[in-house]
Amino acid sequence: MSIQPLVQLESITKNFGPNEVLKGVDLEVSSGEVVCILGPSGSGKSTLLRCINFIEQPTSGLVFVGDEVIGHRRTEDPEVLQQVHENAIARQRSEIGMVFQRFNLFPHMTVLENITHAPRLVRGHSAAVANEAAMALLEKVGLADRAAAYPRQLSGGQQQRVAIARALAMEPRLMLFDEPTSALDPELVGEVLKVMKELAAGGLTMIVVTHEIGFAREVADRVVFMDGGVIVEQGSPAEVIGNPQNPRTRAFLSRVLK
Amino acid sequence: MTPTQATARITYRIVPVKHWARWIAAIATAAVLVWIVASFAGAQIDWPTVGEYFTFPAIVSGMGITVALTVVSMLIGIALGVLVAVMRLSSNPVVSGIAWIYVWFFRGTPVYLQLLLWFNIALVFPVVGIPGLIEGRTVDVVSPFVAAILGLGLNQGAYTSEVVRAGILSVDEGQGEAAKALGLPGTATMRTVVLPQAMRVILPPIGNETIGMLKTTSLASAIGASEVLNEAQHVYLVNNMIMELLIVSGIWYLLAVSVLSVIQYYVERRFAKGSSSKALPLTPWQKVVWFFTSRRSVA
Ligand SMILES: Nc1ncnc2c1ncn2[C@@H]1O[C@H](COP(=O)(O)OP(=O)(O)O)[C@@H](O)[C@H]1O
Ligand SMILES: [Mg+2]
Repeated sequence: MSIQPLVQLESITKNFGPNEVLKGVDLEVSSGEVVCILGPSGSGKSTLLRCINFIEQPTSGLVFVGDEVIGHRRTEDPEVLQQVHENAIARQRSEIGMVFQRFNLFPHMTVLENITHAPRLVRGHSAAVANEAAMALLEKVGLADRAAAYPRQLSGGQQQRVAIARALAMEPRLMLFDEPTSALDPELVGEVLKVMKELAAGGLTMIVVTHEIGFAREVADRVVFMDGGVIVEQGSPAEVIGNPQNPRTRAFLSRVLK
Repeated sequence: MTPTQATARITYRIVPVKHWARWIAAIATAAVLVWIVASFAGAQIDWPTVGEYFTFPAIVSGMGITVALTVVSMLIGIALGVLVAVMRLSSNPVVSGIAWIYVWFFRGTPVYLQLLLWFNIALVFPVVGIPGLIEGRTVDVVSPFVAAILGLGLNQGAYTSEVVRAGILSVDEGQGEAAKALGLPGTATMRTVVLPQAMRVILPPIGNETIGMLKTTSLASAIGASEVLNEAQHVYLVNNMIMELLIVSGIWYLLAVSVLSVIQYYVERRFAKGSSSKALPLTPWQKVVWFFTSRRSVA
């Protein structure tokens, strides 16, 4: 019995005007797998993540998540896909969590409201149900005592942990992290990585763009190295980080591991 | 460095800065004020008539119409403004095109012309309504009041949409993306995430425009809407007390604008809450209270 991967990217390309940012990316991620994407700045890592949940629509290529084809609907003819409207894409997105470099918490809502907002509006949960779930998540990220605070009153590390809880509140089957610790003061990086490690251990499927080589080495099941809009090399952390084959991977690692 | 500097300190006498410019400005202003007051007092103005007509029924009801025109036109203007701003930012070229044409037309022609246009709209559309359901002759439906509301409201919508658009663009792009990534549909994102944050940028100019609208309603006298200036004109055409009635309506406008300014101050203050880690400054009233209570406690 062959296991169908949870995520399957098929020759994704993305152009911004004349600028070819993704030049045909294929990637498969199985359920429960943690994939770390490494690569120099501008290599298209963020764009690739944003193509997975269609915040950026790929110029060509397909994104399969579970039995959904993001941005499309299957038809009776197995060879025909129907593009769908923005609201249908929104429903597909609600199954995919995303954590941003700059947290992007809603500043006009409390921590609790940030977390319950989408479950109530999108899933139609009652306030009581949503609040209870949110408090459990805050407990998990160690911030149960800050439920009534506004984002501006929290440190960067706390904000990012709230952002993770907010994404988890939608019970996603896939989580995307775009450099979740890059905007943090060095002493706050650890608390966020700790939460992410626990999620990985709990079996959540995660695609993580990061510059934290230590995290990738310790937590990733697979490391993907991107450069110039393509995947240059991928494999286990031991292979890609410990014994890189491609000269571009070697050059990048020697720069960041210094 | 001599040892005396360290031991014997000089007790300096501090001479405050003299604000000469302030004094000159104050004296000049007072002189001009005295001259203006003296001119009005010496002119052929019958002040008891001013007092008498201040509460004259036609004037008071005219002021009521002025306020009603202001409120209804602003409500239409704000509703349209939000709608058109969102339409202009739409990725659908037809939708954003319609919004662009709307702003282009209503900002590009004088509001006075638009008022005349609506008042005479029956020349183009003699009948209004849904054919077979409700129909009416346009001249019956579009009264001066309705024409004024259409003209002022639609014109205001064009201006407000630009204010709202600037407010929406001032909100960090990451906010919309985060809402999108959570699976919120576009309308919910706009309504619950982007617009509430845009309010801080939108409100001050809206306050300004409400005050502007209060005065612009006087143009509706040209199409016979019975607002306060129109009523004043009717009265002085009969009794010839021109200056007196202009002063009466002027006082009414100043009163209404003063009330609006106070409302604006408190509304903006309310929306500033939570936007900064600093405490809000005291209101003027709080300052007055503080001035007296703190003096007493020092003495
Ligand atoms: N919305 C956009 N419009 C135009 N160019 C963009 C946009 N987003 C990203 N790019 C360009 O795409 C390239 C890859 O960007 P990005 O995916 O953010 O790289 P990375 O995350 O690996 O640093 C960069 O050259 C960037 O300037
Ligand atoms: Mg990036």
